[in-house]
Amino acid sequence: MSSGTIAPPATGLPRTRIEAHSGRRRLLWRNVTAYAALSLGSVLMIIPFLWMLSTSLKDDRQAYVFPPIWIPSPVAWNNYLDTWQALPFNLFFLNSAFVSLILTVAQLATCSLGAFAFARLRFPGRERLFVLYLATLMIPFQVIMIPLFVLVKEFGWIDSYWGLTIPLIFSPYGTFLLRQFFKTIPLELEDAAKIDGCSWFRIYWNIMLPLSKPAMATLGIFVFMWSWNNFLWPLLIVSSLEMKTLPLGLAYFLGQYTIYWNLLMVGATIALVPVLVIFFFAQRYFIEGITLTGLKG
Amino acid sequence: MATSAPAWRSPANWFGPEYRNPARRREVRAAFLFLLPNVVGFLVFMVGPLLASLGFSLLDWNLLSAPDMVWLGNYLELFRDAEFWRSLRATFYYLVGSVPLGLVLSLALALALNQRIRGIRFFRTVYFIPVVSSMVAVALMWRWMYNPTSGILNYMLNETFAFLRLPLRAPDWLQSPVWAMPAIILMSVWKGMGYNMVLFLAGLQGIPRHLYEAAEIDGASNQRQFWTITLPLLTPTTFFVLIMSIIGSFQVFEQAYIMTQGGPVRSTVTTVYYIYENGFEWHKMGYASAVAWVLFALILGVTLIQWRTQERWVFYE
Repeated sequence: MSSGTIAPPATGLPRTRIEAHSGRRRLLWRNVTAYAALSLGSVLMIIPFLWMLSTSLKDDRQAYVFPPIWIPSPVAWNNYLDTWQALPFNLFFLNSAFVSLILTVAQLATCSLGAFAFARLRFPGRERLFVLYLATLMIPFQVIMIPLFVLVKEFGWIDSYWGLTIPLIFSPYGTFLLRQFFKTIPLELEDAAKIDGCSWFRIYWNIMLPLSKPAMATLGIFVFMWSWNNFLWPLLIVSSLEMKTLPLGLAYFLGQYTIYWNLLMVGATIALVPVLVIFFFAQRYFIEGITLTGLKG
Repeated sequence: MATSAPAWRSPANWFGPEYRNPARRREVRAAFLFLLPNVVGFLVFMVGPLLASLGFSLLDWNLLSAPDMVWLGNYLELFRDAEFWRSLRATFYYLVGSVPLGLVLSLALALALNQRIRGIRFFRTVYFIPVVSSMVAVALMWRWMYNPTSGILNYMLNETFAFLRLPLRAPDWLQSPVWAMPAIILMSVWKGMGYNMVLFLAGLQGIPRHLYEAAEIDGASNQRQFWTITLPLLTPTTFFVLIMSIIGSFQVFEQAYIMTQGGPVRSTVTTVYYIYENGFEWHKMGYASAVAWVLFALILGVTLIQWRTQERWVFYE
């Protein structure tokens, strides 16, 4: 504050009219810069998506025309039909949905059961086992993927839903996340149940899970999103066209239709839409989930 | 009968006198059952493969014929393998290019969003869209953007250069060994920025407001407040973001697989790409495992160094 007035009391509010004025102007200036920067940034974030949508609706000639056009005319709606018929995209779609759903439900189940034991039950070696779990968070998937592949091959799970789901169900990360959340739930709620002689499973099922809906939703959405977008593991174990998930189907499509960028952009749109829809409706959980793992991890 | 059995035979005594209590025994049994699926999965699909991969790295094995024990042979070969060094250089190039840029941009975004302005949710959503998007779809999208003749990026760049009368031409991006990696870096920063932004935003909102009010009274300028309050109090978040970004960069693969297939002239073969090639294209399982373990050691080493040096710059309240 540049003017020579006595510092105002601890409220931090400007005292004189001049100060209020300059403070407001400074704030305004700051807001204008922030808006300008943020808006420019948003345009840069959105342009690739608009370009994808635009290309997906162009016919073969318009897709390559120079200078590029943004609004296709005529609008080639049939691209979507053509793409859908070029490859079994409905199969890819169903595979992705099925695998992601199974993984989400199974991971929520195993993680919450384990997390309950870590958060609430006393048993010998609990802390040591938990530290071991935490340590494995550092292991990159690329280190274990080769033995995992050999194992899945031994089990005869190559190119099957078993191989796509079972090895990925067990997650130290999810267990850790839920354990941290369970720890924040007050013990008093369970004490009454314990006195009534409720089994541990009843406490888990009737008290812990209903109170943990936000954390479960967060983990569930993360697992679903991660699984829907997962590429490396399916790439290793899927060989047939019928078992491909959407990202794999898209990569295969790229190999087959390298020059049909309008159709490829249709494929990309198909792969993006479901997760984006979920994101728009469940945004809160995404943001909370990141903050939760980021600050308490 | 029960009295004649030695005390240690009874499971009740395995865990000390505390566990003789039937209620406690039920608790331990419950814990065992609760953890069973989790721990079995953990051992079979995580710990087992981890140890196995260390064992594999000592083998010469193509999955079909019987494995050959070569002890440290794979690791010795690594040191003489120019392709391996090239992949490490590509990975480090990616790391050095993407981590600082991503860090600075996401922090700037978070600072801009942390003003008390309207529309913060809208902007947050927009910046977050690429984060939830599939890497394969996004890489495909950018590959088309980068197309030198029909892509929108070079068209806009060249128009801008012409408008400013600059004697420049936009590069060929993915078709040039010089520009392919920068193109991948740019795309990855664009995709990951929103994630770190949300982390930074949470960190910024955790800084107590009264500190700024006190600084305001003392007449500290905005800039000074940024350097003496915001930045130091944000270091725990910065530390976390830095560690996670570096670990993530060591694992870069999908971008290169979709956008360049490692080319041109192998300029974008990252270490994970090289592991993939060795293991799943050339079926050198042992050698691929050795490369994976070197990568793992690098990640561990770098993380450990960061952990050790954090007290020098990370400020915990």
